[in-house]
Amino acid sequence: MSVNIKITDAVKRYGDNTIIADLSLDIKEGEFFTLLGPSGCGKTTLLRMIAGFNSIEGGDFYFNDKRINDIDPSKRNIGMVFQNYAIFPHLSVKDNVAFGLKNRKAPKDVIDRETDKFMKLMHIDEYAERMPDRLSGGQQQRVALARALVIAPDVLLMDEPLSNLDAKLRVEMRNVIKQIQNSVGITTVYVTHDQEEAMAVSDRIAVMNGGDIQHIGTPKAIYQRPANLFVSTFIGRTNIIDTNMTVEDGKCVLHFPNGYDVEMDNVQDEHKQSQNVKVSIRPEELVINTTSDEGIKVEIDDSIFLGLNTHYFVHTETGAELEIIQESKIDSILPKHSQIALTVKSEKINVFTEDGSKNILLGVENDGEQYKKGNRG
Amino acid sequence: MKKKIDIWILISLGILAAYALFLLFPMFKLLKEAVIVDGKFSMEYFKLFFSQSFYYSSLGNSFKVTICATIITLIIGIPLAYFYNMYDIAGKSVIQIIIILCCMSAPFIGAYSWILLLGRNGLVTNIIKFLTGWQVPSIYGFGGILLVLSLQLFPLVFLYVSGAMKNIDNSLLEASENMGCSGVKRFFKVVVPLCMPTILAATLLVFMRAFADFGTPLLIGEGYITFPVLIYNQYFGEVGTNHNFAAAISIIAILITAVIFLVQKYASDKFAFKMNALHPIERKKAHGIKNILIHFYTYFVVFVAFLPQIYVMYTSFQNTSGKIFVPGYSFNSYKQIKKDLLNSISNTFIIGGAALILVILIAVLIAYLVVRRKNVVNSVIDTISMLPYIIPGSVVGIALIIAFNTKPIVLTGTATIMIIALIIRRLPYTIRSSVATLQQIPMTVEEAAISLGCSKMGAFFKVTVPMMANGILSGAILSWVTIITELSTAIILYNYKTVTLTLSIYTQVSRGSYGKAAALATILNLLTVASLLLFMKVSKSKEITF
Repeated sequence: MSVNIKITDAVKRYGDNTIIADLSLDIKEGEFFTLLGPSGCGKTTLLRMIAGFNSIEGGDFYFNDKRINDIDPSKRNIGMVFQNYAIFPHLSVKDNVAFGLKNRKAPKDVIDRETDKFMKLMHIDEYAERMPDRLSGGQQQRVALARALVIAPDVLLMDEPLSNLDAKLRVEMRNVIKQIQNSVGITTVYVTHDQEEAMAVSDRIAVMNGGDIQHIGTPKAIYQRPANLFVSTFIGRTNIIDTNMTVEDGKCVLHFPNGYDVEMDNVQDEHKQSQNVKVSIRPEELVINTTSDEGIKVEIDDSIFLGLNTHYFVHTETGAELEIIQESKIDSILPKHSQIALTVKSEKINVFTEDGSKNILLGVENDGEQYKKGNRG
Repeated sequence: MKKKIDIWILISLGILAAYALFLLFPMFKLLKEAVIVDGKFSMEYFKLFFSQSFYYSSLGNSFKVTICATIITLIIGIPLAYFYNMYDIAGKSVIQIIIILCCMSAPFIGAYSWILLLGRNGLVTNIIKFLTGWQVPSIYGFGGILLVLSLQLFPLVFLYVSGAMKNIDNSLLEASENMGCSGVKRFFKVVVPLCMPTILAATLLVFMRAFADFGTPLLIGEGYITFPVLIYNQYFGEVGTNHNFAAAISIIAILITAVIFLVQKYASDKFAFKMNALHPIERKKAHGIKNILIHFYTYFVVFVAFLPQIYVMYTSFQNTSGKIFVPGYSFNSYKQIKKDLLNSISNTFIIGGAALILVILIAVLIAYLVVRRKNVVNSVIDTISMLPYIIPGSVVGIALIIAFNTKPIVLTGTATIMIIALIIRRLPYTIRSSVATLQQIPMTVEEAAISLGCSKMGAFFKVTVPMMANGILSGAILSWVTIITELSTAIILYNYKTVTLTLSIYTQVSRGSYGKAAALATILNLLTVASLLLFMKVSKSKEITF
């Protein structure tokens, strides 16, 4: 049985050091929810509070209507996958998987049936009698996942489960995790610092920084309309340009260097005023203008050919460095020191207030907004 | 609600109370005995010690013999470990077992065997004299003690350093060779520094053992009085015993070992680093003269170290007439000891077994408290538990007698007090090895068990303890052998009802009944070998770690 998780006003302190000041969150039933952020942002701390391994200094944690703050970790019915897998080295694969059911004193035939089922599901049934030290990293990860799922937990918690694997295996295992989660349909909370991994597996992502949630949304929403400057720089690559926006006759215009102006028709009404702004333009949102010299004038410093795409590293007349990604062309790569002009895909770029705290465009979907102080009823 | 009384807090307090009663209280009584004379505070016995050369020279003697023995064990043991781990040596598993056996017999058995071999009427002495007419210099005194202690203790250095060398990654050696540093140069510039933390630990262990050893100088020292012998004589000697004086000397001994301990700790902090070999060193085959020399060195050292034990076994089958060996072979010595044997063997197993089980249990609990539940009480326990490390065995014995020979708690003469003494003395080692094992186990494994429905205690016993098992087991075998060969505390605490095998050997040796002593010693050796073999079977490992 899956549950929804509700966290209100969570507080975590170590001594005088506050890690999480005041955090609220709703995770839907059956959802694959990812906590994403740089190291030290409090994502693992929050996960361990849900698991019960970290004390909770304030706030309430609910699974459905059941408050779990004071429930012993062993009674929360949680499946957990650890960064180092935490496979019991003294038990065989089968005994590792069966461990949780044995603790629950399940009948022997149930233990055998369920253990077999999940070992098959994770494709580790052929190693059932092996000891863990004779398994590869990927296989250990599968054991850890089977062991966590076999107890039919209400919630599956995963703490950077792929960070010890090599790049290729990481991609393979994240697909496995996603598939298994879909087929079991269990509410899953996943912690990672790898934004690509987060986007690959998640239904929704909470981007965290400094113990606060910056943005909650689908991978698409977060990538395309990040709630603030931090989110836009943390998710994917981007170029930030400081510039100003003027409003004339209700039309908002961004002024880039060299007299290149871009009209924006999707600015939120409350922000329609002349102001300094920060513009976030992802590398693929910059277009090399081959027909005219309209646009930001830049000089090419270097280029990397990566097959599908070609990256250009350029600098503007003011010295700002930008990165461009272009689909590779059949003709030759632009040489170093060439002068080119860049235009932007105005429907894709994002515009933030000067302090970077807010995206001023329409279409930002941030489920975290509702928890902000003052927005609550 | 959440603040249920944690079972671990009760365990903490229980252990603390036990230490207060069985260690702190006796040490306090010992201190009192040393400075309160006739009801008044007095430092007169400390003054006495430093005013007469007979007394303070024992201190010099102890230092001289201990420092020399420590240096020699390092000189023998480190190269041996290096050869053993770097090169293919024929019969290496046999060699390892023999080396372990050498350090596991009671030191005084070595002493008495060397007397039989090199003493005034010794076998080797007589052969050499017959062949060359040369009189071998006397083994009694400094030289003999040094010989016995060095041969007895170098295996510890060997085993420690071998353990460290297993953690050296082969790529480190390859890298150094790559940069033009190989052979002897690499041994001194790379291998020895990499093993330094372990070498320092082994040095301290050897030093403490040699300093506190009591049986060897008593048997072979003759006029060469060392510190532990002085303490024993002052407490139990046949003439002129003085309990206050014995206590005062004990206090001085503790202060000295404490200083040594702190110096070592300071030195080893400077060399603290961690190693973990991804690719352990693979043994290579040496060629030509190098191969011959390596084999010669290894076999020679092992042979000389093992010689006394072989000889003891041999003499156990010799006929005796009264106290002297006469030609011919029989089981007479074994028949003569039959009467005492049953009693001493069962004592050995009861006292040793009880001590071993309690040592392991308490050590694992303390290790868990120290590693996983850091708080003030537990760090106090950690510190107290290490105290016996620096207290010589005979001092532990005397302190326990002073504390428990009067009401309210009278324990002298019981098996209980012997068990307590063994536990106190053995715990520091077992705790250290358990702590080291536990620190290797990530906390998340225990958390995984808890999240799979285990209680905290359940997770500890189902997951943590089994994962520690190998470490505990290899520590346990060492503890067991140390316990059954222990002499310096037991000799102070025993009475006729609690005679163990080791004690009866000692009694027979001191009575001069070498035949009976040899028979008993052979049986003790067999027990040791059997324990080792059993251990290797159970643990499925050929390596014993310390």
